[in-house]
Amino acid sequence: MAATHKLIIEPGRAEKNYWRDLFHYRELFVILAWRDVTVRYKQTVAGASWALIQPLMSIIIGTVIFGKLAGLPSEGGAPYAIMVCAAMLPWQFFANALSLASQSVVNNANLISKIYFPRMIVPASSVVVSFVDFLVACLILAGLMVWYQFWPTWRIAVLPLLMVMGIAAALGPGLIVTALTVRYRDFRMVIPFVVQFGMYICPVLYSSNYMHEKLLKKFGEVLGERYFLLYSLNPMVGVIEGFRWAILGGARGFYWPGFLLSVALTIVLLFTGIFYFRKTERAFADII
Amino acid sequence: MSDTVIRVENLSKKYLLGVNQSSEGLRHVIQDAVTAPLRWLKKRPAPPAPGALIGGLPNPNPAPAKEFWALKGVSFEIKQGEVVAIIGRNGAGKSTLLKILSRITEPTEGRVEINGRVASLLEVGTGFHPELTGRENIFLNGAILGMMQSEIKKKFDEIVAFAEVEKFLDTPVKRYSSGMYVRLAFAVAAHLEPEILVVDEVLAVGDAQFQKKCIGKMQEVSYKQGRTVIFVSHNLAAVLQLTSSAIVLEKGRVRYIGETEKAVELYSGGVESESNVFFDVENSPRKYPGTQAARFVSFRFDLAAPIFSTGGDFTYFAKVRAYQDIPRMRFSITVFTVEGIPVGSCFGVEGPGLKSGEVAEVKITLRNPRLAPGHYYCGTAVGKGDHRTGHVDFDVVLETLAFEVRPEEGEGGTVSSWTHGWGAIVFPELASDRIK
Repeated sequence: MAATHKLIIEPGRAEKNYWRDLFHYRELFVILAWRDVTVRYKQTVAGASWALIQPLMSIIIGTVIFGKLAGLPSEGGAPYAIMVCAAMLPWQFFANALSLASQSVVNNANLISKIYFPRMIVPASSVVVSFVDFLVACLILAGLMVWYQFWPTWRIAVLPLLMVMGIAAALGPGLIVTALTVRYRDFRMVIPFVVQFGMYICPVLYSSNYMHEKLLKKFGEVLGERYFLLYSLNPMVGVIEGFRWAILGGARGFYWPGFLLSVALTIVLLFTGIFYFRKTERAFADII
Repeated sequence: MSDTVIRVENLSKKYLLGVNQSSEGLRHVIQDAVTAPLRWLKKRPAPPAPGALIGGLPNPNPAPAKEFWALKGVSFEIKQGEVVAIIGRNGAGKSTLLKILSRITEPTEGRVEINGRVASLLEVGTGFHPELTGRENIFLNGAILGMMQSEIKKKFDEIVAFAEVEKFLDTPVKRYSSGMYVRLAFAVAAHLEPEILVVDEVLAVGDAQFQKKCIGKMQEVSYKQGRTVIFVSHNLAAVLQLTSSAIVLEKGRVRYIGETEKAVELYSGGVESESNVFFDVENSPRKYPGTQAARFVSFRFDLAAPIFSTGGDFTYFAKVRAYQDIPRMRFSITVFTVEGIPVGSCFGVEGPGLKSGEVAEVKITLRNPRLAPGHYYCGTAVGKGDHRTGHVDFDVVLETLAFEVRPEEGEGGTVSSWTHGWGAIVFPELASDRIK
């Protein structure tokens, strides 16, 4: 029996082999993600259709209250429902990913304290679960498009790329929040709250053009533009704007400065997340 | 066969006691961060943020919390094909050592060198998901234990046959009996093919027959396939049967490395030094909970040290609290050797019971059990019924009352030179009358 695997355990050693280990444990990642997806809707009557019902209800409420009652304008020529849907899908993905990830390590405490593997697999598999929900929820978009006879343009081909950004935008904060939740269970209380009011901070139920106009009107040209740029810092604003641009089409221009800012912040958050998570994860088994 | 596969050098692991991680909360940390500049201005060293320091995280400020070295300067070597037991009392550092060897937690100091693929089995059925079927859990658990999917597929039938759960493969494991659950979990683990297997206490579960099967499987793994096994158990009988050498840990340090038999002897002797005569069991976990109509509060020996003599009665006191009205009750006891093998049992007769909420202290006497010199444990049950009406236990406490039996004073002959191999009971009398 040739001893081909040589392993050295020392304080601080795990750092050095991290990425190699992550690759080595890829099968575990796949199977944990598969487990989380399979288990998510076990013993529910509606099953996977919950992935449809939740966003659908939000879209209906958003359309009725903001589109019909408040009479806010849609974007381009798109029906209000499709505009809300185009934003609701990535938003729900983000919200789900964040809340699932934040709980994930704590919920898998038995694994963490009994088996070694790169802990990053656990929150990452929560993101996969949310992504599967997202794919299912895309049926709503297709349904609405058929219903309103609204056809997408070539721009829809950019969606996968935008989704990659969405995943990165969810993973970065997700990792930070996961690591924090392990130590401070306070974040269990914080996350639902963040998710709830995040929906109003992001242009989910209204269009960002509307926000833009309002800001210009209220603060004047210069200051208004600045505030809007600040508003666009939010990574999810970039993702949502991208989705709307790709799905709604029309003459709508692309707000590059805001988008690039979003991308930059997403990347910063992702690396911060990875860095912070790795810094804390080796103590997970001790503090969980 | 003599290559060293595990080399542990000066391994230490520090924990901090008295820091309650979860109750610490975020507020203190924020408060600390906010007030840090102020403190800096005042040129006073910042008090450490308690709670931010457990584990391997570096901490510039020494904590006011008490340091606790779960392991301190542990060094040993294990050669290929060796089966080594790690024994020690609770809190001796066995689990910490295994956790470091399986990379779950990092050491504070020291170094470990391992040559080969390690699989650790610190718990049976780690990661089993109750909602998934047996089949799905085999793949899940296998992956968690480090098997490749292709490997699991190859061994799937073997695993199922070993676990004897063919019929229930597509049933969610939450509907399994606990026995089936354990069998399936162990079956997956038993088919791991690592070069080094690290096992903790897993034999504490499952029925006797299955335990025997597990021991057989482990022997096969170590002897036939030349694997290195590190085995932690309180089950000294299994340790003696399985392993050739052992490491005795005491308070985080290595006390002995060498032959298993000597190690077990030393460890059993170590029982004596902790001569408890009072045992608070009200909130201790129960292996067999019973109906909980009544519950043991405490046990005590009315002695300075728990030492009895071979010729005398075995007596102790049990305090019981009733949670329901109990018209009648009886006590029963089972005596175990230190290896966990039952020596004998006795059921008392039913006597008057208790009213709900009442606490009673009962003197329990086993009339001259003729126990051989050695170390024993006594398990006690309170319940009702007898062999005709059926036994019902309200509460059972095992493995708590440790005591020693010594030869009667002044007694010569066999009893004072009693050998372990002669058994645990000194029969009272032997007649050998010549009839021809």
